[in-house]
Amino acid sequence: MAYSDKVLDHYENPRNVGSLDKNDPHVGTGMVGAPACGDVMKLQIKVNDAGIIEDAKFKTYGCGSAIASSSLVTEWLKGKSLDQAAEIKNSAIAEELALPPVKIHCSVLAEDAIKAAVADLKSKQPGSTQARNQAGNQATKEAV
Amino acid sequence: MSPRPAQNHFALFDLPARFAIDLDALNQRYRLIQGEVHPDRFASSPPAERLRSMQLATQANTAYQTLKQPTARARYLLQLHDIDTEEERNTAMPADFLMQQLEWREAIEDANEDADIAALDSLLNEIKTTGKQWQQDLQHALDVAQDWPAAAAIVRKLSFTDKLQDEILHAISRHED
Repeated sequence: MAYSDKVLDHYENPRNVGSLDKNDPHVGTGMVGAPACGDVMKLQIKVNDAGIIEDAKFKTYGCGSAIASSSLVTEWLKGKSLDQAAEIKNSAIAEELALPPVKIHCSVLAEDAIKAAVADLKSKQPGSTQARNQAGNQATKEAV
Repeated sequence: MSPRPAQNHFALFDLPARFAIDLDALNQRYRLIQGEVHPDRFASSPPAERLRSMQLATQANTAYQTLKQPTARARYLLQLHDIDTEEERNTAMPADFLMQQLEWREAIEDANEDADIAALDSLLNEIKTTGKQWQQDLQHALDVAQDWPAAAAIVRKLSFTDKLQDEILHAISRHED
């Protein structure tokens, strides 16, 4: 399969590979997997006290497009608020990397990883609606 | 008389549409059909009959490949029940499952770099054992509980371990060369 120059660039020089402390209350971790290709992606974001993402790291096991998609979004995430981060769409990732139709699911994986990381972070923030909702859901689940 | 096109893959081999399958019967009936629709037997037949035997040979191949592999068999069985396993779209795998996947991937990567065939073998066994357990869960979900969403979730998990096993086998053969 012919990869675009941008995919090759991210694949050969991936940005921000690594891990952040998942127990840090300022760190959100998103883990997702794509059954169709067996790819696994871990994306972590770290926010400052103003709620702005100041660091992002990823670890992806998968094809070049999956690695490039996660590498690209770690660059995009820095400097964004959580709400802005959650607005990143897979179509923008696919467009930037010129992904062919059969590789669109790699960009979906990256979008889902961002959403999972943002949700994880929001659930960690005390008093957040999300934290309360999650606690509520948990309580409901346990009650059932 | 040559066999007629069947309603589904199971019916083609005269097998009940279940996950637990008689593999010996499958192999035997596949060979039987292959013999019956062999192109040599239709060399002097009218074009329509020749075409029909070819279509049947193709169907038998597809059906056999689908039924002999457990994950593909389960996926097909779910399709017959109009259940999509959502392997293209559903990325929300359980967290502990994904952690395990990452750990296996890291271990495979390390063993690969060291060309450590023994380590790759032991990982392969570990993953196979896990896959076998899931296949038992799958059999229960499909044949006993008829819990299609649970079965679809196990199929999604198995497609990861199937892939891992392929990759390890590939790595081992590369190192053995």
